Amino acid sequence: MSSITTLKYTLQLADNVLIMGQRLAAWCGKGPILEQDIALTNISLDQIGQARSLYQYAALIINNMPAADKAHLFNAPLLQEKINNQHTITEDDLAYLRDAWDFRNCLLVEQENGDWAYTVARSFFFDRFQYLLFTALQKSTDSTLAAIAEKSLKEVQYHIKWASEWVIRLGDGTDISKEKMQQALQARWEYTGELFAMNAIEQAAMQANIGVDVSSLQQAYQQQIEAIVNEAGLQMPTAAWMQTGGKNGVHTEHLGYMLAEMQYLQRAYPNMEW
Amino acid sequence: MTQVSFEASFQKKIDEEIMIEPQDYMPDEYRKTLIRQISQHAHSEIVGMLPEANWITRAPSLRRKAVLLAKVQDEGGHGLYLYSAAETLGITRDQMLHQLHTGAAKYSSIFNYPTITWADMGAIGWLVDGAAIMNQVPLCRTSYGPYARAMVRVCKEESFHQRQGYEIMLSLAKGTPVQKQMAQDALNRWWAPALMMFGPLDAVSPNTAKSMEWRIKRFTNDELRQRFIDVTVEQIRILGLELPDANIKWNEERGHYDSSELNWDEFWNVVKGNGPCNKERLATRVKAWEDGAWVREAASAYAEKRKTKKAA
Repeated sequence: MSSITTLKYTLQLADNVLIMGQRLAAWCGKGPILEQDIALTNISLDQIGQARSLYQYAALIINNMPAADKAHLFNAPLLQEKINNQHTITEDDLAYLRDAWDFRNCLLVEQENGDWAYTVARSFFFDRFQYLLFTALQKSTDSTLAAIAEKSLKEVQYHIKWASEWVIRLGDGTDISKEKMQQALQARWEYTGELFAMNAIEQAAMQANIGVDVSSLQQAYQQQIEAIVNEAGLQMPTAAWMQTGGKNGVHTEHLGYMLAEMQYLQRAYPNMEW
Repeated sequence: MTQVSFEASFQKKIDEEIMIEPQDYMPDEYRKTLIRQISQHAHSEIVGMLPEANWITRAPSLRRKAVLLAKVQDEGGHGLYLYSAAETLGITRDQMLHQLHTGAAKYSSIFNYPTITWADMGAIGWLVDGAAIMNQVPLCRTSYGPYARAMVRVCKEESFHQRQGYEIMLSLAKGTPVQKQMAQDALNRWWAPALMMFGPLDAVSPNTAKSMEWRIKRFTNDELRQRFIDVTVEQIRILGLELPDANIKWNEERGHYDSSELNWDEFWNVVKGNGPCNKERLATRVKAWEDGAWVREAASAYAEKRKTKKAA
């Protein structure tokens, strides 16, 4: 099996959790109540931790690749030069030196925080997917990915509990919260289709038995989401059209701003240890 | 027992270093002093999240990001323990937050200074948390039980925070010239505000005498400030940075470092609300609270419905 497939697949998994964790981190100190501020930070910390494990693995793959195989991996010139000059690549190089078109996260995670209902809706849709994905990924023939999936799954079980409880709480809370939750579910639903649309990397990873057939998860996903939405007394959201692109590097406008903020120090003061 | 004997037995406990517990008799003034001090401390923890949260999304590495996020989360946790400790004195968290939001309650002025560069994350952890530890370690033996027990937990975490701050400074001081310059700049800016964290000079501190008598405080502001200067000067030398005050000199006779008079005019101005970030910090807290109102209402309504369902 090609190590490029493993690399790209790993990066895609990493990008999703990094971007999600970065979004949630922006809530720190601004939550509606102290206990929830802390809960959200916990989830963000888990995701950043997962991203680190995955980027470390990706960096290891790059560092072990023959020079010819990695001569054209990324559009980002700073990173690609480092690779071509045989520098040892780190998790931070991968997180901080790629530009938006090199990121392969789904569009859902890069969407703005909005209010509490929008944040809950985005986590609700993403965490449920992660739960199904990591459950299946435990069977990957790549033992590192299988191990990361197994460890992450324990964390994701808490994440889905947190998000589901909030969907129910807001749905079955006041009239205002019900309306806001319904609106947020509706607004974010159009980004869920992409989760199950296999891109070329996922196809290759699945054929090599290292990755998951995400299209096969959609039915279970739909059922599990629907069960919570029903319990919350809300309507299942509908979408006339599902947005796609992030998994192929075609992002919404939000990602560029996010990366500009996240990466600015590494870019203003390049090649330094922090 | 008469009022006089209640008070005598209270003072006897204080003198014998027996902790006062929530159900025990305590003079009104003692209760008020504690509510003021503990709530002010809790507010400092949650307002104190903001200057550091300011850098979480911009942390220069994933490891630094995770550590800083965990650190700021700890501060939120400290706020929780402290609000809970204050609640044992007969005030609610909502009441305390109302006092914060209306400006009736204070929080530590240090958080009204801006965090401008990444090195400020180092300086805050090292100097601000360092000064906080020096203030707080004696509070682990303060006379009010719930406060003392909360402080034991807080202090354990604060010493980890100080180490992470110092480690950031060490990386910068040993880094490139511009990184070292960034560290020096942060040290210079945070030095005096950190020294002011110990409060006004003993001679003009309105609350010190009574608090010492009741063993709420165990050392005076000036004693703690001097101790902090003595320890920190050595740490600055290890970093290889320049001293932030040209008048810092070892005084053989006193056995302590001398240093410049602080600018108390600035101190009182920041206390009064004229610091560089007073308005911003408070506005951020108020906005978070107001934006969250519908969420808290929904959570209460939901909990209420569940209770009714269970009862039925």
